[in-house]
Amino acid sequence: MSAQAASEPKPAPTLRLQAALQLLAQAGQSLPGDAPQGSLRWLQAVIDGLCDLSSRDALTGLSNRRQFELAIAREIDRVARAGEPALVLMVDIDHFKRVNDTHGHAAGDEVIKAVGQALQDCVRPMDTVARFGGEEFAIILPNCPPAFGQTVAERIRLKVQRRPVPVSSGAEVAVTISIGGAFAPQWVRSSAPLWIERADQQLYRAKSEGRNRACLEQPTVSLVSAEEKSLLFGTSQFQDIE
Amino acid sequence: MTSSPSNASARRARIMAVTSGKGGVGKTFVAANLAAALTRRGERVLVLDADLGLANLDVVLNLYPKITLHDVFTGKAELNDAILPAPGGFSVLLAGSGLVEYSRLTAEVRDQLLGIIDKLAPRFDRILLDTGAGISDVVLFAVSLADDVMVVATPEPTSLTDAYATIKVLATQQQRRMIKLAVNQISRSGEGRAIRAQLQQVVDRYVSNGTDTPLKLELVGEIPTDPSVREAVQRRQLLLETIPGCPAATAIGVIADKLAE
Repeated sequence: MSAQAASEPKPAPTLRLQAALQLLAQAGQSLPGDAPQGSLRWLQAVIDGLCDLSSRDALTGLSNRRQFELAIAREIDRVARAGEPALVLMVDIDHFKRVNDTHGHAAGDEVIKAVGQALQDCVRPMDTVARFGGEEFAIILPNCPPAFGQTVAERIRLKVQRRPVPVSSGAEVAVTISIGGAFAPQWVRSSAPLWIERADQQLYRAKSEGRNRACLEQPTVSLVSAEEKSLLFGTSQFQDIE
Repeated sequence: MTSSPSNASARRARIMAVTSGKGGVGKTFVAANLAAALTRRGERVLVLDADLGLANLDVVLNLYPKITLHDVFTGKAELNDAILPAPGGFSVLLAGSGLVEYSRLTAEVRDQLLGIIDKLAPRFDRILLDTGAGISDVVLFAVSLADDVMVVATPEPTSLTDAYATIKVLATQQQRRMIKLAVNQISRSGEGRAIRAQLQQVVDRYVSNGTDTPLKLELVGEIPTDPSVREAVQRRQLLLETIPGCPAATAIGVIADKLAE
């Protein structure tokens, strides 16, 4: 078999790019016009475009589940090493089925898009907003101190509540969200599923307490401040304590 | 399978987790030699690689186990076959590198660890849990099963910071009120005492502050920097067997006496 294969002439190396180019065109991604087709620079642009496509949610343009898994794994490693605080929020649109049933699925899609945009609008560039599935979103907020968690979650909740979504039928759909949040275990090598599970439990609590609210797990503060660190070594400072 | 509540009155091993924030502070070295010292004092001791494959117990003890916890977890071997005799006369239970996949806490890992400790506890006087560097939720879970926790630290700033972070996590997440401290690689007598006092002051101010039950750090020993340690480690032998009278070996003996009290 291998001897036969070796004796046959090698086929010219061609890449099957048609499907890839179709995908990029459909997503509205343009390739550099000045780079000749098949050149290294052009191929790199194709690859970059595909990477971008495969990390985004098609409907909302937010990070998709795959990109979210990457981001949260990175974050949990960072928190374990540096002990910095990080918050994950699980967000779910309230009574979404009602939107679909009353206004149709197209309107449902528009609502999902609008909520995704609202979430993106009220976080920092370093935060990751992802569509987790269906009408559920997840937000990773690195370096979010426990004292700010509730404020951030409330801001997001109010932003959505104050922005009714105009749908193509001409109607305006009032939308609210429920939010559940949990901080990463500081200094602890943990796993993303455990962290998400804790945030999910809070989301469940927000739903059962009447929806349109944000519930955060009470954080156990294990942060070591610069002040504490300096006290560990500054022997001279110890005389001042008592 | 697991022991029924009726044998709860039977003798059970006292379980001590040996942990540290930072790696490379001699935690496994201390655990292994402490096990040997306790064995000499007549205790039946087992050291368990509680970081499931990330601890270095096999390296320190120069063991090449054929059967490990990994085989027990996967049902390929019985627990008894995985318990090895170590050079100092104590027993060890190694995780095996295949267990790295279990280094994240799942319900299955939780149950497996619980079951194993339940089976071991009646057969030993003391179980030392060697936890590997840093804190994982597997380590936190293992530590939550322990009666005592001993943090090993060196006077180095990075070690102290990480030890303090570990202590804080244990206090805030597990409501520990007593943590033992062993200071390794001290360069002058009394350095361990000074470090304990420093840590205790920061703990009082930032960890115990406002709680009814303050966390107490107990210094169980200070081990001097000793060239014999390096020699024993490089020969991959127990210090207590190779160079028994050296200052570091004597210091570890003092810790064993204190624990056996």
